[in-house]
Amino acid sequence: MTISEKILSKKVGRPVKAGELIITEVDGVMATDTTAPYAIQAFKEMGGGQVWDASRCALIIDHAAPAPNERIANLHTMMRTFAAEQNIHLFEIGEGICHQLMIEHQYVRPGDIFMGADSHTPTYGAIGAMACGVGSTDLAAVMKTGKIWLKVPETIRIVCHGPLQPGVTAKDLILFLVGQISISGATYQAVEFEGSAFENMTVASRMTIANMVAEMGGKTGYVNPKGLQLDYDFEAVFPETDAQYVQTLEFDVRDLEPQLSIPESPDQVENLGPHEGQAIQYAFIGTCCNGRLEDLHAAAHILEGKTVAKGVRFLIAPASRSVLLDAITDGTLQTLVAAGATILNPGCGPCVGTHQGVPGNDEVVISAANRNFRGRMGNPHSNIYLAAPTTVAASALEGRITHPKKYA
Amino acid sequence: MEGKAHVYGDNIDTDRIIPGKYTKTLDTASLAAHVLEDLDPEFRQKVKVGDILVAGDNFGCGSSREQAPIALKVAGVGVVVARYFARIFFRNAINIGLPVLEVPDHDIEAGDTVTIDLEKGEVFNQRSGKRFQATQLPSVMIDILNAGGLVAYLREHGTYQLKEE
Repeated sequence: MTISEKILSKKVGRPVKAGELIITEVDGVMATDTTAPYAIQAFKEMGGGQVWDASRCALIIDHAAPAPNERIANLHTMMRTFAAEQNIHLFEIGEGICHQLMIEHQYVRPGDIFMGADSHTPTYGAIGAMACGVGSTDLAAVMKTGKIWLKVPETIRIVCHGPLQPGVTAKDLILFLVGQISISGATYQAVEFEGSAFENMTVASRMTIANMVAEMGGKTGYVNPKGLQLDYDFEAVFPETDAQYVQTLEFDVRDLEPQLSIPESPDQVENLGPHEGQAIQYAFIGTCCNGRLEDLHAAAHILEGKTVAKGVRFLIAPASRSVLLDAITDGTLQTLVAAGATILNPGCGPCVGTHQGVPGNDEVVISAANRNFRGRMGNPHSNIYLAAPTTVAASALEGRITHPKKYA
Repeated sequence: MEGKAHVYGDNIDTDRIIPGKYTKTLDTASLAAHVLEDLDPEFRQKVKVGDILVAGDNFGCGSSREQAPIALKVAGVGVVVARYFARIFFRNAINIGLPVLEVPDHDIEAGDTVTIDLEKGEVFNQRSGKRFQATQLPSVMIDILNAGGLVAYLREHGTYQLKEE
């Protein structure tokens, strides 16, 4: 059995196989300020009442937080009111990004089945949960019934032989893999990542890997739990040796170079080298993909004692309050601010074009986020390159796309 | 149902269907006002109620925003036909009662008048006189679509029911 088959079989109490249509109980759900208002509305239209289990639900205000206008402020009020009525925990503005919070606060654990009303929910495969993105009405239905219908997914197995070169990060690896699989290559399927390239990865790096399963079109994805360390006891779910995969892809990534996703699709991935020198006006580190402490450390290491180039805005949004506090305590934030970075409150920041830094016409952004679709950051006349935080920091220093090894 | 085809390409992402900056509202008319704005700024003026949106591979990839199928439906789109859909968009569309048909092979071009039989999953191109078959939906999706969406389905059934496939 694959990891998905094992998790789902355990939950439904009988062996299930890829392709089967099942109804399963769900261990947890969450919705954000993009998706919760429609979910709340649909929940009420379904007959309302109490949610199936308030302790398994979370609401997070992160996408447009704090509210940039009265329309969004009132949607936030709607969420706060519903959370209070239902006794659901609501994470307020400034607490962080939904996916970071679900893992930090243990709303999701290894082996869980989790539905999130956000497409980057597969991030929780970093710790071995079967986590899928759904829309608002599906989420409302889980809040009402505690269940969801699913097709047991087929699985693509991706084996990467490492280690990565020093200075080449999990983000470079996942960008490379998204480029190989394509934006639609894992549609309806699960992805299992395994091999020595992943085994020494931190939870933060594993989250970066699982996060971009969404950019392969995947339903869910897992970083094989070999080497996974959490600060609580857990039962790791490994695939069985007889697992059937639709496809096994193997890559030797020992010589992988830093990668770059060029406008305007995350799967347009190339080696960074040929793009060195491309002028940028805006650099951004943050998001559910790369807003964690190790990402800020990587940036601070490069920026220590230096200043970002004239004409470059450098924005940083920590993934959570806990990340922000750690970065304050260990001096990382001082280094970043001294170098000229603007620190935003924990949350999604400018990733989705709603607030906090929309690029101007013809401007070029280098971002540690996971999407660069046209108009993603709020202006269809700007261009977004995606890269590792190391590359973003080095590029901010020079005002042009720069290989991070120069500042290693 | 019958409508005029508006044809677009592969990998139309949800940011192109409805940019993130417009999604934070429960006013569905305002979603429709910006539908496909960054892909085809004229679409909003061209589309008539009951028209058919035709796309290639992986329509609706990217974000989980249900605002994407809502914007299309409120703008008047009667059916979306694509070679295949991104997973979350596909579920969302059925859940809000926007019919979506996965048609791996067809000859529809912009401006063609197309007749759709949702029950049979048949797409008929009046220009070419050819008929194309859509992939069969899982029975639970047919039930949800027949109920008018997941809200109505759950009001009716209380919970999910699976028929033997």
